[in-house]
Amino acid sequence: MSEEANQSSGQVKQFLYVNRRAPHGSNYAQEGLEVALIGAAFEQDVVMAYVDDGVFQLKSQQDTSDIGTKNFGATYGALGDYDVQTIYVEKESLEMRGLTEDDLMPLVYEDEDDDWEEKPMINIVSACQLAEIIDQSDVVLNF
Amino acid sequence: MKFAVLVNEGPYTHQASDSAYHFTRSALSQGHEVMRVFFYHDGVNNGTRLTTPPQDDRNITNRWSALAGEYDLDLVVCVAAAQRRGIVDADEQKRNKKDANNIADGFRISGLGQLIEAGIQADRLVSFGD
Repeated sequence: MSEEANQSSGQVKQFLYVNRRAPHGSNYAQEGLEVALIGAAFEQDVVMAYVDDGVFQLKSQQDTSDIGTKNFGATYGALGDYDVQTIYVEKESLEMRGLTEDDLMPLVYEDEDDDWEEKPMINIVSACQLAEIIDQSDVVLNF
Repeated sequence: MKFAVLVNEGPYTHQASDSAYHFTRSALSQGHEVMRVFFYHDGVNNGTRLTTPPQDDRNITNRWSALAGEYDLDLVVCVAAAQRRGIVDADEQKRNKKDANNIADGFRISGLGQLIEAGIQADRLVSFGD
C-alpha cells in the first residue's frame, strides 16, 4: 500500500495528529494511534500532539485489567520505531490535570543522524506554540 | 479545489455525517473535486445498507449512495474499523467466514492507507467528527 501511495504522489507532507480524548473511555485514542502508525509507514512526516484529556493517553503505568479492555499503551512505544520523532504535549492541559512530564511515558526515538542515539520524543509546549504548530502542518487530523 | 473528506462519527447520533454530506454535495455542485470520502471510527456505520430510519426522516446511507452514483464519488470504509463494528462486504464476508454482508451501494472497504493517500493528494482534507 505504501508503495502505491508514494508512486502516485512522491510527496511528503507533515501530518499532525491532535489527540484530545482520554485513552479508555472511547476508542478514539486507539484508532487514532493506528492511523498515525499507518501514516508513518507511508513515509510521511508524522507529528503527534496531545491536548485536553488527550494528555492522559501518555500517562505511564496504565493498567486496563480491571476494565477488561485491551491495553494498547505499549503501542505508543512503537511510534519511535516508525520514525516518529516528535510528540507535543500541551503544558496548560497537563497543569489543569495535576500532571507533569514525569507522569508520562519516557518515549524515545533513535536518531539516525546522531549514531542512533536515543532521544526523548516528548516536547512540552504552550497552547500558543501548539496553535502555531497546527498552523504550520499540511494535514491535521484530530481524534 | 481538490478536497478529501473524513467522517469520524456514525449516522443519527452526531451531526458529523450530515455536515459531511452537505459539504461534499455543495463542493461537488460548485465544480470542486472531492477525490474521496473516508469513513473511520464509528463513521463506518454510515455504510450499512440495513439502515432503516423512520419514513419521515432522512436516510443518511441512501443519501451517500445516491451522491456516489450521481458524481462517481469514492466512498471508502476503513477495513479495521469496519471489522470491529460488523460492516462487511462480499470479500470480507468470504475472508472472515461470515453468514452475511451489509455494505451499501457505492461504498467500498479498504485500508487506512486510503486516508493517508487522500491527505497527500488532496489540497484540503476536511474532517467531520465530534
